[in-house]
Amino acid sequence: MALIEAKEITKIYRIGEIQVKALKDVFVTIEKGEFVSVMGPSGSGKSTFMNVLGCLDKPTSGDYLLENIHIGGLGRDELAAIRNKKIGFVFQGFNLLPRTSAMENVELPLLYDGISARERQEKALEALKNVGLEGRGDHHPNQLSGGQQQRVAIARALVNNAPLILADEPTGNLDSKTSAEIMELFTKLNTQSDITIIIVTHENDIAAYSRRTIKFLDGRIISDDKKEKR
Amino acid sequence: MINIPSTLKIAFRALKVNKMRSALTMLGIIIGVGAVIAMLAVGTGASKRISEQISSIGSNLIIIVPGATTAGGVRMGSGTQPTLTMGDAEAIKKECSAVSDVAPVLSGVAQVVYGHQNWSTGVVGTSPSMLTVRDWALSSGRSFTDQDVKSATKVCLLGQSVVDNLFGDMNPVGQVIRIKNVPFTVVGVLAAKGQDPRGQDQDDTILVPVTTAQKKLFGTTFPGMVRIIMVKAKSIDDLASAEKQINSLLRQRHRIGPKQDNDFTVRNLTSVMQTAEESTQIMAILLGAIASVSLLVGGIGIMNIMLVSVTERTREIGIRMAIGAKTWDIRLQFIIEALILSLIGGIAGIVAGISSSELISIFAGWTTIVSPFSIVLAFGFSGLVGIFFGFYPAYKASLLDPIEALRYE
Repeated sequence: MALIEAKEITKIYRIGEIQVKALKDVFVTIEKGEFVSVMGPSGSGKSTFMNVLGCLDKPTSGDYLLENIHIGGLGRDELAAIRNKKIGFVFQGFNLLPRTSAMENVELPLLYDGISARERQEKALEALKNVGLEGRGDHHPNQLSGGQQQRVAIARALVNNAPLILADEPTGNLDSKTSAEIMELFTKLNTQSDITIIIVTHENDIAAYSRRTIKFLDGRIISDDKKEKR
Repeated sequence: MINIPSTLKIAFRALKVNKMRSALTMLGIIIGVGAVIAMLAVGTGASKRISEQISSIGSNLIIIVPGATTAGGVRMGSGTQPTLTMGDAEAIKKECSAVSDVAPVLSGVAQVVYGHQNWSTGVVGTSPSMLTVRDWALSSGRSFTDQDVKSATKVCLLGQSVVDNLFGDMNPVGQVIRIKNVPFTVVGVLAAKGQDPRGQDQDDTILVPVTTAQKKLFGTTFPGMVRIIMVKAKSIDDLASAEKQINSLLRQRHRIGPKQDNDFTVRNLTSVMQTAEESTQIMAILLGAIASVSLLVGGIGIMNIMLVSVTERTREIGIRMAIGAKTWDIRLQFIIEALILSLIGGIAGIVAGISSSELISIFAGWTTIVSPFSIVLAFGFSGLVGIFFGFYPAYKASLLDPIEALRYE
C-alpha cells in the first residue's frame, strides 16, 4: 500500500471570470519512507500540489488517497482530523504561535487530538529531545534562533507520530550552515523513523538531500527522478 | 473533544497581550452591569419604601367616612354629616362576608397630662379590633378588651411618640394619665409604626375604648355616632367585594333610595397605595431597561474588539487549522475569550453597581436595595452578551480558509 496515491489530479482556481488551471492531470505515487523534493518555478503548481497533499485543499477532480483514505469525500472537520493525525507541517516562516512556549507549541496538535495534559507533556518532551532541543521547552519563539525555531516546528510535526511530513521551503529563512543542520535532521528522521518527508525547495543542494525529485512546470510534472540509495 | 483548561489558558493569554484593550472593552460591560444593578436598586428601594408605608397603615384597609352636610346649598365636605354609628360597624362585621374585622373610630384632639408633662395629641376611641385592622402590635402591656368597651373602662394604649413626650424612658404601663382631666390607666404601649405615606406621625396617638370616649371625652349630641369606620378585608382580592358589600349594606341601613346619593364614602386606601407601588415598579423596570442599553453597547464593544482580534490573529488561526483545529475548536476559542471579557466585566460591574447604589443612598438619601435577583440577572445577562456578541467573530474565524490564513501577513 502506497502512502500517497494521486490520480489524475486537476485543480482549477476561479479568479473572477478567469479560470486558472493550477494542476493538470497529476499522477503521483509515494511510498512510505520516501524522501521526496518538489521543485519548480513559482506558478508551476508545486504549492497547490503541496496544499492538496496536505489536505488543506481539495482537488477539483481526480482522486487523492492518503493511506487509502479518499480525501475528496471528506468534510472540513474530517480533513482537520486527517491533518492532525497523519500530517506534520513545517513552514518556511516556522509558523510558531508567538508568546507561547516551545513546549506548548509542540503540544498543540495533541491538544486538538484530545490527549491528556500529562501525556501531552511526555510526548512533547520526547519530540523536543528528538530534534535536539532538550531543556528549551519553556523558551518562547522570540528567545530562540531561526534554526531552533524550525526545530520546534519539526518537533511539532513529529509529536503526533504522523507518517508524513510536508515541508514548504523549510530552509528558506535560514543561513546555509543552519540549513544543512535542518536537512541533516530531516535525513535522520527519514532513515531512523521511516517517516515520509516531502520538501518543496528552490535550491538544488537542498534537493540533493532527498532521494527523489519531482519537478513541476505549468501545472504538470515534467520530471520524476529517483536516486539510488546513497 | 474540547479541552477547557487549555482553551481558558489560551484565552487569558490572548487577553493579556492587549491589556489596555481588554480593560477598555471590559469597562463597557462594567458600566453596563453596574448601571443595571444600581438602577434596579434605586427602583426596588423606592417600591420597598412605598410597600412599607402601605403595610404601616394596615393591609387590606378600607375606611368609611360619613357624607357631607349641605347647609343652604353649601356642601361642607365629607365627614361633616354624622351618619355612621356603632350599629353600622357591628352590622358590617356581622353581614359582610369579605370583611375580617371592623373598628369604629371616634376621635378628637385632647390635652394629655402626666405629672409635670403635658402633650396635645389625637385620642382615638375604638374597639380592640383596631389593632388587627391596622396590623398594630403592642411593644409592652396588654390591649384593652371588649369587656372594657362594654363597661366604658378608663384605660388607654399609648403611641410611642406620646410615651416619649410624657414619660421619657420610664415604663408607662400601670401609670395614670389625665386626658381632658379624666384619669385613664395606661394598660399598654403600641409598637412604633413611623410616618404614614402623607408624612404624619402615626405614633402620636392614644387609643381608648370607644364607649369611654363617647361618655367622657367627645360626648356628642348623637349617642352611638362614630367619626369613621375602619374595615379590614379578608385579603387583597376581597377588597373590591368588601367595598361592594359595605356599600349595599349601608345604603340599606341608611334607607337610601335607588336614585339618592350615598351619605357616606367608602375609601379603599390599599388600592390607591397599590397603584403608587405599581407605578414605582414600572419606574424601576424602566430604569433597568435604560441601563441595559449601556450593557448592550458594552456587548457591541466586545464584538468590535473580537473582530479586530480575529483579523489580527488570522495567521494564528491558519496555523491552528493546519495542525488540526476543527470548526468548534476555533469558535470556542473566540467565544470563550469574549465570555471571559464579559464575565470579568460582569463581576467588576457587580462590585461597581453595589458600591454606586451605596453612594446613591448615602449622598442622595434614597433607599436603595440591591436584590440578589438583580445581581444574578445582570451577571447572567453579561454572560449572554459575551456569547451573543462573541459568536459572530468566532463564526467568522472558523470559516477562514487555512491556506489563505497561513499566507496572511
